[in-house]
Amino acid sequence: MLDRIAALGRKGLSVFERLGRGHLFLLQMLAGIPSLVSRIPLVVQQIYAVGVLSFLIILVSGFFVGMVLGLQGYNVLIDFGAEESLGQMVALSLVRELGPVVTALLFAGRAGSALTAEIGLMKATEQLSGMEMMAVDPLKRVMAPRFLAGVISMPLLAAIFSAVGVIGGFFVGVGLLGVDDGAFWSQMQAKVDLQEDIFNGVIKSFVFGIACTWIAVFEGYDAVPTSEGVSRATTRTVVHSALAVLGLDFILTALMFSDV
Amino acid sequence: MSDSQVITKIRDLHFTRGNRKIFDGIDIDIHRGKITAIMGPSGTGKTTLLKLIGGQLYPEQGSVEVDGENVHKLKRRELFELRKRMGMLFQSGALLTDLTVFDNVAFPLREHTNLPETMVRDMVLMKLEAVGLRNARDLVPGELSGGMARRVALARAIALDPMMIMYDEPFTGQDPISMGALVQLIKLINDALGISSIVVSHDVAETATIADYIYVISEGRVIGQGTPEELNMTDSEWVKQFMQGLPDGPVPFHFPGTDYADDLLQGAG
Repeated sequence: MLDRIAALGRKGLSVFERLGRGHLFLLQMLAGIPSLVSRIPLVVQQIYAVGVLSFLIILVSGFFVGMVLGLQGYNVLIDFGAEESLGQMVALSLVRELGPVVTALLFAGRAGSALTAEIGLMKATEQLSGMEMMAVDPLKRVMAPRFLAGVISMPLLAAIFSAVGVIGGFFVGVGLLGVDDGAFWSQMQAKVDLQEDIFNGVIKSFVFGIACTWIAVFEGYDAVPTSEGVSRATTRTVVHSALAVLGLDFILTALMFSDV
Repeated sequence: MSDSQVITKIRDLHFTRGNRKIFDGIDIDIHRGKITAIMGPSGTGKTTLLKLIGGQLYPEQGSVEVDGENVHKLKRRELFELRKRMGMLFQSGALLTDLTVFDNVAFPLREHTNLPETMVRDMVLMKLEAVGLRNARDLVPGELSGGMARRVALARAIALDPMMIMYDEPFTGQDPISMGALVQLIKLINDALGISSIVVSHDVAETATIADYIYVISEGRVIGQGTPEELNMTDSEWVKQFMQGLPDGPVPFHFPGTDYADDLLQGAG
């Protein structure tokens, strides 16, 4: 019995120790960001790897999610004769919730897992140790550019997701189901607020970008340097990112929209 | 020998990993301009020793001084300054896989100097020429053999003209030609550039041909030291077994446990 309590205690301590390491890691990485001013090409290269290469999956997913929203929204709104509000419904669902959340989940699966695997393998093949012995700080040279690239890419990808989603909703609602073209756009324009909706959505995606990239980069850096260790770290990245995004989404939604 | 001729001084070093004592008070001196070999069976902590010298690990007790500076008392920035004067060749080569051979060798130059690109190019080509891989500069690490990767790593290690290079098992898993090339290169680079070399290895024959001084470590202690000739004529049974590669001796062939006859009789009865 005592053994079990001790094991539980050890497990708890190791979780907190890891949390502490993760936060120290974030601080050290943030301290490395000013030095990136002279290394813009490194950041651009990483924006390509994590952002541009995620573009297609975001584009396709956004379009499908928009189409489904158009279809489901039409079926509900038609009962109340309010199908002309479809544009408003699709746009608000996307910019407030689905854009940031689904993009973050896809981002964690596509770019986050790749970041963890890349950094974990660099650790396993002694590339990070090698850099340290060459007096090059991997936190500044490897982690900081990837982190910054993720934080920059995420809001842009979420914006693209929402924009393409609106087009998907338009395609189904106006193109296939016959909602009035003018009503679709004018309702959207009238009811979607720049500050309340779009700006809050951007903040959400920015926060998700920090969370997902931080988790991905830290998991890679903290991975056990074996093939099994890297595989576990990659799985943890996707699971922890998804949980963090959904948890943070609830907190942010409560803070932003509870009084609307 | 006077202190000024000692580039690395290790005193009373203790290091434990988990429940296992890796070093139990070892003293080692590495002399300037010489090739010093650290030898011992696999798992005796030879690579750990290099990481302790490079400041990547911290000992529980004892000190490591490199060029008069206590490695483990330096601030991070000072440690990085010291590391610019140290080169390390990892067993795997540790080349950056997303860069070409050229960019790998140029990496420390671009990170630590503001030299114009034309000068970086000249310097990289000189280093690559020294290891015989100037014409392989556009390959990526995945296209190199193990021996070539280590030679590229060697070119990278000497890019900043260090005062000391540490070699971690440079000969392991090499074919005879690559091995010969590496043995020759280590000796040549040490003598031509006037640097100090620490070679960690368990390849007795190759290491003994180039080493000026050898330390043999086992079970956390230095159990033999001297020039290759002195070690070959040692009285220590242990050192003799290691240097001559005898299968049985103080290090038993059989994994310790129950008696063979008892074991067989137990099954019969």
